[in-house]
Amino acid sequence: MTAYLLRNARPLGGDPADLLLRDGVIVEIGAGLEVDQDVTVVDADGLVALPGLVDLHTHLREPGREDAETVLTGTQSAARGGFTCVHAMANTSPVADTAGVVEQVWRLGREGGFCDVQPVGAVTVGLKGERLAELGAMADSAAGVRVFSDDGICVSDAVLMRRALEYVKAFDGVVAQHAQEPRLTEGAQMNEGALSGELGLVGWPAVAEEAIIARDVLLAEHVGSRLHVCHLSTRGSVEIVRWAKSRGIDVTAEVTPHHLLLTDELVRSYDPIYKVNPPLRTADDVAAVREGLADGTIDIVATDHAPHPMEDKECEFAAAAFGMIGLETALSIVQQTMVDTGALTWEQVAEAMSARPARIGRVAEHGRPLAVGEPAHVVLYDPSATRVVTPGDTASLSRNTPYAGHELPGRVVATFLRGVPTVLSGELTEGVHP
Amino acid sequence: MVVPDGTPGPDTRDPAPGASAADEAGRTVLDETDISRALTRITHEILERNRDADGLVILGIPTRGVPLARRIAARMSEVEGRTITAGALDITMYRDDLHSGPVRSLEHTEIPEDVDGRTVVLVDDVLMSGRTIRAALDALADLGRPKAVQLAVLVDRGHRELPIRADFVGKNLPTSLAEKVRVRLAEVDDQADSVTIRGGVA
Amino acid sequence: MKHLLSAGDLSRDEAVRILDTAEELLGVAQRPIKKLPTLRGRTVVNLFFEDSTRTRISFEAAAKRLSADVINFSAKGSSASKGEGLKDTALTLQAMGADAVVVRHGASGAPHRLAHEAWTKGAVVNAGDGTHEHPTQALLDAFTMRRHLVGGGAGARAADGAGADTGADLAGKRITIVGDVLHSRVARSNALLLHTLGAHVTLVAPPTLLPVGVHTWPVSTSYDLDATLEGTDALMMLRVQGERMNAAYFPSAREYSRRYGLDRARMNRLPDHAVVMHPGPMNRGMEISADVADSDRSVIVEQVTNGVAVRMAVLYLLLGGAPADGSNEGTA
Repeated sequence: MTAYLLRNARPLGGDPADLLLRDGVIVEIGAGLEVDQDVTVVDADGLVALPGLVDLHTHLREPGREDAETVLTGTQSAARGGFTCVHAMANTSPVADTAGVVEQVWRLGREGGFCDVQPVGAVTVGLKGERLAELGAMADSAAGVRVFSDDGICVSDAVLMRRALEYVKAFDGVVAQHAQEPRLTEGAQMNEGALSGELGLVGWPAVAEEAIIARDVLLAEHVGSRLHVCHLSTRGSVEIVRWAKSRGIDVTAEVTPHHLLLTDELVRSYDPIYKVNPPLRTADDVAAVREGLADGTIDIVATDHAPHPMEDKECEFAAAAFGMIGLETALSIVQQTMVDTGALTWEQVAEAMSARPARIGRVAEHGRPLAVGEPAHVVLYDPSATRVVTPGDTASLSRNTPYAGHELPGRVVATFLRGVPTVLSGELTEGVHP
Repeated sequence: MVVPDGTPGPDTRDPAPGASAADEAGRTVLDETDISRALTRITHEILERNRDADGLVILGIPTRGVPLARRIAARMSEVEGRTITAGALDITMYRDDLHSGPVRSLEHTEIPEDVDGRTVVLVDDVLMSGRTIRAALDALADLGRPKAVQLAVLVDRGHRELPIRADFVGKNLPTSLAEKVRVRLAEVDDQADSVTIRGGVA
Repeated sequence: MKHLLSAGDLSRDEAVRILDTAEELLGVAQRPIKKLPTLRGRTVVNLFFEDSTRTRISFEAAAKRLSADVINFSAKGSSASKGEGLKDTALTLQAMGADAVVVRHGASGAPHRLAHEAWTKGAVVNAGDGTHEHPTQALLDAFTMRRHLVGGGAGARAADGAGADTGADLAGKRITIVGDVLHSRVARSNALLLHTLGAHVTLVAPPTLLPVGVHTWPVSTSYDLDATLEGTDALMMLRVQGERMNAAYFPSAREYSRRYGLDRARMNRLPDHAVVMHPGPMNRGMEISADVADSDRSVIVEQVTNGVAVRMAVLYLLLGGAPADGSNEGTA
């Protein structure tokens, strides 16, 4: 296997150093390393080196909606975004609620060779919210599932949620809750507020998210379980999680890049490209989730990459699908909203987008420090670059990016998975095939 | 032909952008007294032609045809010793050039009496191409079936584009196409009555 | 004015111009020949994804009185009901050379989608979208109010005697709109337009039927119908669907009717000059009692007549000038 020397990279944005990757491991870090002839030198002058990013919330759509995304295209998109591990959500068709389905998804990821895929198991059979799926079987499968979620649908039944929280303790699992009180959000299309009233679109009130989070943190405290809150989006949610953490409740929370940047005002155009669940919120909510991420109330950034074919977005708002793709723009949005504003350092970005999501997902091999002897999952990122987003410029099969035409900072130059590039010079490679 | 303000055309009576002060003032061809005299003469000619005013409906074409029609009706009332009212016939919706410019606001149409079986006298300020009168005839046909239609204009400046002629003319005013004829009436323009010619002489 | 999508897009002058134009066009209905040649050769498509015979007929009559060719396209029940058809339908209409598309759709914002994104070249007129807006209804309501409450029409409630000063707006008039504001596109459009025209609008409804954020609207709100009657120049009753009680918006149709319905006793407390309006179709016995609907205070039938004139005015102002390329901006 070829070795790679990343010349003059800036680990976590710090002082330049050379990183030598060999046999899937970081074998040497230092200035002016001497190299053998078998080593490929990558000029990383001025580039920030981060541990390979880990996404706790990705929709890969396979099996079932291969017209929107496949495990292969989704992981290629992930690699282009700097990710080396993604958690594939369970709302596929069939639902990932059995050992068989999660193993299939896990294997497809391995075979693709662009990004490790860690399947998320469904909490309830068929996401129906009626009875628990075979969580233990999924945990014991080759996929080693540790994160369970009915994402897209809230586990709204309090008893079912309590049992799930309790049950997954047996294998150190975590329930990742899509916090959405269903009765308060029937037919909901966008954030409920003055604008939804003006536009005549059914509102998705903040309280529908906050009420579930409040209930769940109390349940988690009561049964002594850990809880993960998916895509938190409101100021109230941030405050509840902050309160819960101050009480010592074992809760973690994620925010998506789009909730760090975009507001419900965009819906004024009635363009369903801005239709997402939870919905884009107000500028005040955006400020709150940024503060929450900066002060550690919100642990991680997760993409909620949600590919949809064109026809599901080129229609009336109410008829359109929820969701936006985000793997390839996530790091840029975090740079723009958190790093360039001084709210986070690159070191903290590595925590929020690599170390902590790996820890929550109990993925031992990812989210490790950039240190000698650690797995060689590395992303090289040029924060001084800028680019204008064009929907077609993606490895995803889908084009539903809300950032078309936006000028975003930064560019992923290279991604290394187990010491082998999946992206080099900004282009996808052949992948990693041992 | 009446071209409402703001429409470019050879017979527009508004100053072209950049017209000099001298152009703006123009050459007065009819003053207040001339106009009054012309309208009085037209009134008598209408009455002579139609023997009595019983079957007459006087309709002005907005904008400046309407006050002219009212003045004629007032003179007629004096002569006849009873009140004769003039109406207004907006021809905007019948114009043949609607699709060549910004959408036009409608003027008020007011028909004082049923036109069926009566003689309608259309009144306008300037007759040129004849297209306004063509439109007015169409508009009139949708309102009923007059016994006859006659046309009175304050100024006939020639350059007809349709087979239309005026029955009563205040003044024949041979002009070149480059010249602009401008009519000002106290009721509409808030200034003394006048007809002026501008431009045309290079 | 390239499209008419929202009543809120109209400036005061644009709105008054539409009303003034409608005032002139109202007379056409009384003439022997109820037709003007103005839009000869223009094609108007009535694209109705939702049933609304009243609105469609009104637009159809308006377009035909202006001599436009009218194509009625009822898309209800087709693939469009799932939303998939909107883009293809738009492209089809464009290929057919539609100069204007009058669209009624169950989804809020559907006319916006149709008008933008280069789907449609012609003018788009919103004939009611979901729970968003119904701007021509608001225009005909404002038109009816102006004829009764302003200038020559003031105090003269007999329909024939009514008629408004052109150029006038509704400055200082007090309009009360009662009922299911939350689900009403009519209320939204009226609130915006009447405010633009200088009127004071009060929305009256049980708190459950007022939208979140209504405090940001340019209106007053009240939960008490009886408290608003005496200061009202025009009272507009909105249709309330009895089924709403199933979603707990109110306990029962009876209770709604008792608190927010207009009966004769309440009508008698209105000022003498005040008019009673309803966008239709009415639920007699629910939001309005039958004797009120049929009383001489009611201008409900007149609203229908005025609807044709207002829609003629809108179609004329959208299509009557040079083809839409930005050159026929609303106010000249």
